[in-house]
Amino acid sequence: MDWTYIQGILMLAGINMIAVLGLSLLTGFTGLFSFGHAGFMAIGAYVGAWISASPTSTPAGLGLPFVLAIVGGGVAAGAVSYFIGRISLNLKGDYFCIATLGFGEAIRLIFNNVNRFGGARGWPGVPGKSTFLAILVADVVAVLFLANLVKSRHGRNMIAVREEELAAQIAGIDVFRYKMLSLIISAVYAGVAGVFFAHYMTFIQPKMFSLTKSTELTIIVIFGGLGSISGSVLGALVLTALPEILRTFEMWRLVFYGAAVILIMVSRPKGLMGGMELTPSGIRKMVAERNALREAKARLLAEAQGGEEE
Amino acid sequence: MVQFLQQLINGLSIGSVYALMAVGYSLVYSIMNFSNFAHGGVIMLGAYFGFFGLTLLKLPFALAFLLASIGTFFVAILVERIAYKPLRERRAPFLYFIISAMGASILLENLVIATIGPTFRTYPEVFSKAPIELGPLAIGRLDLIIFVISAVSLTLLILFIDKTKLGKAIQAASYNVKACALMGVNTDRVILTVFGLGGFLAGIAGVFFGMKYTVYPQIGNITTKSFIAAVFGGLGSLPGAVLGSIILGIIETFVAGYLSSQFRDLIAFVILIAVLVVRPTGIMGKVTEDKA
Repeated sequence: MDWTYIQGILMLAGINMIAVLGLSLLTGFTGLFSFGHAGFMAIGAYVGAWISASPTSTPAGLGLPFVLAIVGGGVAAGAVSYFIGRISLNLKGDYFCIATLGFGEAIRLIFNNVNRFGGARGWPGVPGKSTFLAILVADVVAVLFLANLVKSRHGRNMIAVREEELAAQIAGIDVFRYKMLSLIISAVYAGVAGVFFAHYMTFIQPKMFSLTKSTELTIIVIFGGLGSISGSVLGALVLTALPEILRTFEMWRLVFYGAAVILIMVSRPKGLMGGMELTPSGIRKMVAERNALREAKARLLAEAQGGEEE
Repeated sequence: MVQFLQQLINGLSIGSVYALMAVGYSLVYSIMNFSNFAHGGVIMLGAYFGFFGLTLLKLPFALAFLLASIGTFFVAILVERIAYKPLRERRAPFLYFIISAMGASILLENLVIATIGPTFRTYPEVFSKAPIELGPLAIGRLDLIIFVISAVSLTLLILFIDKTKLGKAIQAASYNVKACALMGVNTDRVILTVFGLGGFLAGIAGVFFGMKYTVYPQIGNITTKSFIAAVFGGLGSLPGAVLGSIILGIIETFVAGYLSSQFRDLIAFVILIAVLVVRPTGIMGKVTEDKA
């Protein structure tokens, strides 16, 4: 395995990571589940491609700098998510899930039918501007922003909504507004990830952003652990690399992947890092909890043995 | 006018296949309150069972048909045992069920790709392609058979649920699983029955789908439309699922016939969103109150 190959996987993992971090805010911290985030990635990818592709290529773009593409893709995805949120955020649990699924697929099918952007055949002329460094910087910014957000008043309000919607409302939190804020931020993350994805692949096609992609993102969030930023980071790295490592098994790798998903749900539902963080204080907390558990176990065991002797 | 009636007949035919699939989603939802996305994989396997029954084993059509539905009956039960039962016992939130279902769906689809291969396969011609002429109308023999068998199967299903003891237990469980268990109903058996019934019909639907179009591992993605039909009719309601499927089938063929076949898939999702916005419980769905 040479460095370019590893670097390629890392870049893909980094791109997935941006989208996963956004979804982590929505799912892990606000308690809303989406099966349509690939749709936001598609919007980011297409708008980004349109902004930065050269005017002479087919389909023609605007030929503007990459930075503008990132901003444009993120803003476009955020704007669309606002309208989707207005319509669907009042739906309960399962129905919100289904609605996002519907929107995600509808966005894909619309791109499939718009010939200006290449239709189903795709858009081949996207400049390859996603460098390793650019993705790394984007990931660091994404993590820092999210880590600060969840610690802020707004983030705590979102967690309150996740824990108990009714109680949060009674405590004076504008539930709808915080759900909306969370949805928009997660959509912007997904849009930015889409921009990087388009400029990494240099070719985009609507079928890259199918329900399977949305599911993959949600699976990574759950695998990493709900309510944990470091879990999302680890999850994106592990689950993007896993199919690549399993590539020697070719056809069978997705069979293993599916089996692994069921296994995780069935055996370790908290994911890798459910509610825990890999920060100095987080690790201390984790160790303390584990020690407390062990002591309690030892004490119970001792008591039980003592009881038998009497 | 002739074209209109012709489209209506086509719509009824595809709508009845959707109905066979949609009741599978609805049955599971009515008891377990989650959308069983692994159902598409089960339908896909049904199409393959029927195909190999006809080609490899050279069975007569009726036997191949039976083989497919019995096969999917067991697959559906197996999926429940492996992917959902442990979650059920732990009272996991609905999302874990959905993710587990997605995992099962990925597993089934790729298992078929890895063992049988990703190629498209065409069913051998069982029924003559020559249509039955009814005045100016031409009704496909296959379409007619699909419609009749689907209608019979669905009627039997509704009779089963209305008349038998186990059917009554299913009805009771759809109102309140916990209370049902307290009344001495073996809810585990009820759940297995629900998956078995859905699986059996999925086999029939899979064979019909394969005969009408082709067989390939990604059929499961198309069955998302029957899920939309179930939402349209109201998740958890059997008559709703049938009605929603028929309406969706007719709308789809009309859009494909009069507007453009490219919009056929899009319209299904537009309907889905419109239904969720205007009336999330669908045409006749059970109203579940969110207990905060």
